[in-house]
Amino acid sequence: MLQSYLPVLVFAGLGVVVGGAFVLLNGVLGAKRPNPIKGQPYECGLPTHVARSFRFGISFYMVAMLFILFDIEVVFLYPVGAILQSADSVFVLVEIGIFVVLLFVALIFVWRRGALDWR
Amino acid sequence: MIPLAEVGFVEATWVMVVKSVLIFLLVFLIVPVLTVAERKLIGRFQNRYGPNRVGPMGLLQPLADIMKLAGKEMFRPSGAVPLLFAIAPALVIFSGIVTLAIIPFGNVQEGIGLYGIDVSIGVLYFFAFGSLSFYGLLLAGWSSGSKYSFLGSMRSAAQLISYEVSMGLSLLGGVMMAGSLSLTSIVEAQDEIWFIVPQFVGFLIFMVAGFAETNRAPFDLPEADAELVQGYMTEYGGMRFGSYLLAEYLEMFVVSAIAVTFFLGGWMGPGPGWLDPVWMIAKVLTLIFFFIWVRATLPRLRYDQLMSLGWKIMLPLATLNVLVTAILVTVL
Repeated sequence: MLQSYLPVLVFAGLGVVVGGAFVLLNGVLGAKRPNPIKGQPYECGLPTHVARSFRFGISFYMVAMLFILFDIEVVFLYPVGAILQSADSVFVLVEIGIFVVLLFVALIFVWRRGALDWR
Repeated sequence: MIPLAEVGFVEATWVMVVKSVLIFLLVFLIVPVLTVAERKLIGRFQNRYGPNRVGPMGLLQPLADIMKLAGKEMFRPSGAVPLLFAIAPALVIFSGIVTLAIIPFGNVQEGIGLYGIDVSIGVLYFFAFGSLSFYGLLLAGWSSGSKYSFLGSMRSAAQLISYEVSMGLSLLGGVMMAGSLSLTSIVEAQDEIWFIVPQFVGFLIFMVAGFAETNRAPFDLPEADAELVQGYMTEYGGMRFGSYLLAEYLEMFVVSAIAVTFFLGGWMGPGPGWLDPVWMIAKVLTLIFFFIWVRATLPRLRYDQLMSLGWKIMLPLATLNVLVTAILVTVL
């Protein structure tokens, strides 16, 4: 049983090897001439001031919240979608319909409140 | 009992290992060719030659690029978080390579069956491992300790999750018609007619979302060089920078391959069984040419246009497509 998952492990191993090689190669092959100027972040010549507690727009939070809502819609629809043909019943169809329409109403509500407009 | 999904196709251990390595080598032969092909094609689209100095017709250009990138000094900005800064590019490559396992290159019943793993939840595998690259971008931007990297990574994060939903919904139509999540069953369900005909809207949505997911033009806002330098990869140099480029081409390959599997009949084509991988790769390369063509044709979107396209057009359209497909599948 587990043996049939071997290809995934092979690909994962290759991924780690290639990724690791790409990350470490420059440390092995490249020149080593450290210099305080090289350590500065790119800033178009302006003096650098970088804080990790950066502020950013509230819209990013909104998008993340909406994503969770609608991605769960997708997650719930996948199993039902996979059995839809073999089930062949109107009941399943109506269930899908109610579920999607409810989320569609939610989308329209969010839209009308202006959450989808990027600010 | 370990609760793992069923695998529909098992061979001797060494055969599976050899096939996995073979798929990996095949894709890693194609990717450098793609980089030079893209540069030459973009050159031709813009009425210039493109690279033509290294080797015959510039064909050895990727080799020269890799050698140059590998010889660069490794450095990182003083404000960076060293471990996360190193892990981020590796994570992006890891995600690209692991997703290759799910691409069916050949018929597993008859023919040579060049395939990584025929797990019965193939679509979910694609989404699970494909989304890992998201962490790579976000970690890269955050751990760099640079303004441009941070802004770029926030943008790409918002862009990726906005289009992820439409992408999932666009594949659902194909899943409903095939009645299975396994990619081999989905290809076999297209025996009579390729799903691009009944699922044309789904195909369009998937391709647009695919452009956004791979950060390709016209959705290359995270790395919009005119305003954000290179976005989340501003502070990277050498092979670590190259790993993001490699990952972009890998993702382009994977997204095209999934599109071929779902909508263009996968490995199907005239000829004997051993031609299957050839057909598959030919279709994938056609779609990648389409990616390059679009990059040469369309200008970049503005960020608010990108978000409203994703949420106000793609999402309702994808939802409607799912509803209509569900009704048709049940009624017919």
